[in-house]
Amino acid sequence: MKQQGTIFTNVQLSDGSKTNIAVTGELISYVGDEIDSSLNVVDCSGLIALSGFVDLHTHLREPGFEQSETILTGSRAAAKGGFTCVHPMANTNPVADNSAVVEQVYALGQTAGYVQVQPIGAVTVNLEGKNLADLGKMNASAAKVTLFSDDGKCVSDSLVMRRALEYIKAFDGVIAQHAQDPLLTVNAQMNGSALSLKLGLTGWPAVAEEAIIARDVLLTEEVGSRLHVCHVSTKGSVEIIRWAKSRGINVTAEVTPHHLILTEDLVSSYNPIYKVNPPLRTQEDVVALRQAVADGTIDIVATDHAPHTADNKDCEWGEAAFGMIGLETAAAIMKTTLIDTGLIDWVKFEELLSTKPASISRLTNQGQKLEQGSFANIVFFDPKTEYVVDSISESKSSNNPYVGMKLSGSVVHTLYRGMFTVRDSEVQEIGNSDGH
Amino acid sequence: MKHLLSAGDLSLTETLELLNLSLEMQDVNSRDVKKLPALNGRTVANLFFEDSTRTRFSFEIAAKRLSADVVNFTAKGSSVSKGESLKDTVLTLEAMGIEALIVRHHHSGAANTIAQADWSRATVINAGDGTHQHPTQALTDALTIRQSIKGIRDTGDLSGVRVLIVGDILHSRVARSNIDLLKTLGAYVALAGPSTLVTSAALELADTVYHNLDDALNAGFDVVMMLRMQMERMSSSFVPNAIEYSTLWGLSAERFSRLDSSTLIMHPGPMNRGLEISSEAADSSQSLIVAQVANGVAVRMGVLYKLLAQESSAK
Repeated sequence: MKQQGTIFTNVQLSDGSKTNIAVTGELISYVGDEIDSSLNVVDCSGLIALSGFVDLHTHLREPGFEQSETILTGSRAAAKGGFTCVHPMANTNPVADNSAVVEQVYALGQTAGYVQVQPIGAVTVNLEGKNLADLGKMNASAAKVTLFSDDGKCVSDSLVMRRALEYIKAFDGVIAQHAQDPLLTVNAQMNGSALSLKLGLTGWPAVAEEAIIARDVLLTEEVGSRLHVCHVSTKGSVEIIRWAKSRGINVTAEVTPHHLILTEDLVSSYNPIYKVNPPLRTQEDVVALRQAVADGTIDIVATDHAPHTADNKDCEWGEAAFGMIGLETAAAIMKTTLIDTGLIDWVKFEELLSTKPASISRLTNQGQKLEQGSFANIVFFDPKTEYVVDSISESKSSNNPYVGMKLSGSVVHTLYRGMFTVRDSEVQEIGNSDGH
Repeated sequence: MKHLLSAGDLSLTETLELLNLSLEMQDVNSRDVKKLPALNGRTVANLFFEDSTRTRFSFEIAAKRLSADVVNFTAKGSSVSKGESLKDTVLTLEAMGIEALIVRHHHSGAANTIAQADWSRATVINAGDGTHQHPTQALTDALTIRQSIKGIRDTGDLSGVRVLIVGDILHSRVARSNIDLLKTLGAYVALAGPSTLVTSAALELADTVYHNLDDALNAGFDVVMMLRMQMERMSSSFVPNAIEYSTLWGLSAERFSRLDSSTLIMHPGPMNRGLEISSEAADSSQSLIVAQVANGVAVRMGVLYKLLAQESSAK
């Protein structure tokens, strides 16, 4: 490829306007009607150009669980899904509760080179919920951590949660809470409902999520800090967050693609592919979550991409691990559940998957408007393709609950800092010598 | 019908067929030589991951009376992290040519998983999975009720029969299986117990729910089925203590004496005498508890015969 740059022609932006986007080096060098034919021309007729997707909730499993995912394989899956930035959760081994681990994860992300890997730090040492982790040092490290979470576990101790919220104010951090009262969910296996009673699986009641969110928004108001609620899954949680926002409390919330499309009915098969935490809920919850995305109560969509080895899913339900992969299918599920239903437009789509998550994480080099001078983090999305999901994945794991499901919309090209990470829907082989 | 996983999977026709087969097996069991050659040369495995004496013996006797070869595999606890996985155990038995797996497991859905996974071609019979299902117990109870209430044996189903199940519905696979099967057979099924153990969702399973035992008993039932109360429910705050449970929910001698003399008493065993049931009730002429055990063998013979002799020869 010639070095002078590339122009992507006939693209549609999220606001519906048609234009051409030129990329030179890492940056967008031009957006407008003219086509400089000295550049490499990539015709993008029929494609929508969106700011590169930013995932606030990813499990890359490295260090410690490389048999299910590595930073490289997870980064490739992310690029395939249109992401240019992911936030790996802290529940690795060792736990990302100090600057050494977050800097290692950050550096491995740079070496892989497919996406910006922006680590999340643990809130408490070893995710134990007792003593605060090195929050300030992780923030001051090369990884510049702003998002802290014990995800997988809830910071259930009210005093520890209050202190954490208060402490991170100094550097404009945010606590991303996995809202789950542990005492109300001992050995919980699925949504607490008439179906869990019928199936004989211990229920995970909605109130175990809602009670923690209610407490946390009040603590956040009390200390004047910033709270982000991970993977909201119930109608009641939506109502509490809506109330908190109306009070002016600084809370943001995410929903996962799977909670927008799958319901607890799938558990009747006892197929552990559907075992996830928080659990799949009811159709009524799904409807409420979609509505909450549309009306702004829920701010972003985040994948909670949770790879697990086949051994951890090819077993009885009670022994199986919680979680499902989702980086590669996230955009298509959002398109299917939110755009095709008329609930949101592409401007909102871009906000949910790029602009807003970047802003919550205080990243200025991601989620940028597609204009001259911005980093060339761009997804070219084909909204028209319809296909049946197969089990082929860039992820090292195959716990994909959507195999066999019909979805619409696919990522055609992904550009990360001006470089094709995905071209014509194929993940590109990139060297790690270019410094990314 | 390849597997028997849940009483809820059985149609009325299938249920009646299994009950009728079980009646024929009762005739076999009343002979001096209690043996049929039906499963001669076939091998079945009792795969028990949870303690059980009566169910395992009952299946073993049933299989042997049909001339099957029976092997027993018992393992306490199994997980990916601790020792051999369920998958590896099943693969091992498959490699040995086992044709039927009779599975008792502490996890709900374990039998479903074995039947659906590509681990084995064997027929799977659920002998109790977690707090989910125990279909052969439900068939046993249905057969026992059918034989004990006058005027039922000709019609076969249980329409019009009123059954009350009392106790820890939340954790009982016996209750779930019985609710499913009794309703398929047309019976009216009521549940009674403290609201922590008979939760609001229980109303979606049964016809009605009581949270007061005397109110329930006063409503009049043909059958009162008492469930075993586990001591661990007290320590996890489902109920305050054993004395309170016994006082409020036990079928005491006094409560039993107020019942109509035609009311039948059942219990899947093992009983906690003095806790959920008094000896006066358990040992009375209205009690079907011993008949339940006897019928268990006949029902399991019927199930094995149906799944292994009839279904496989129909292929």
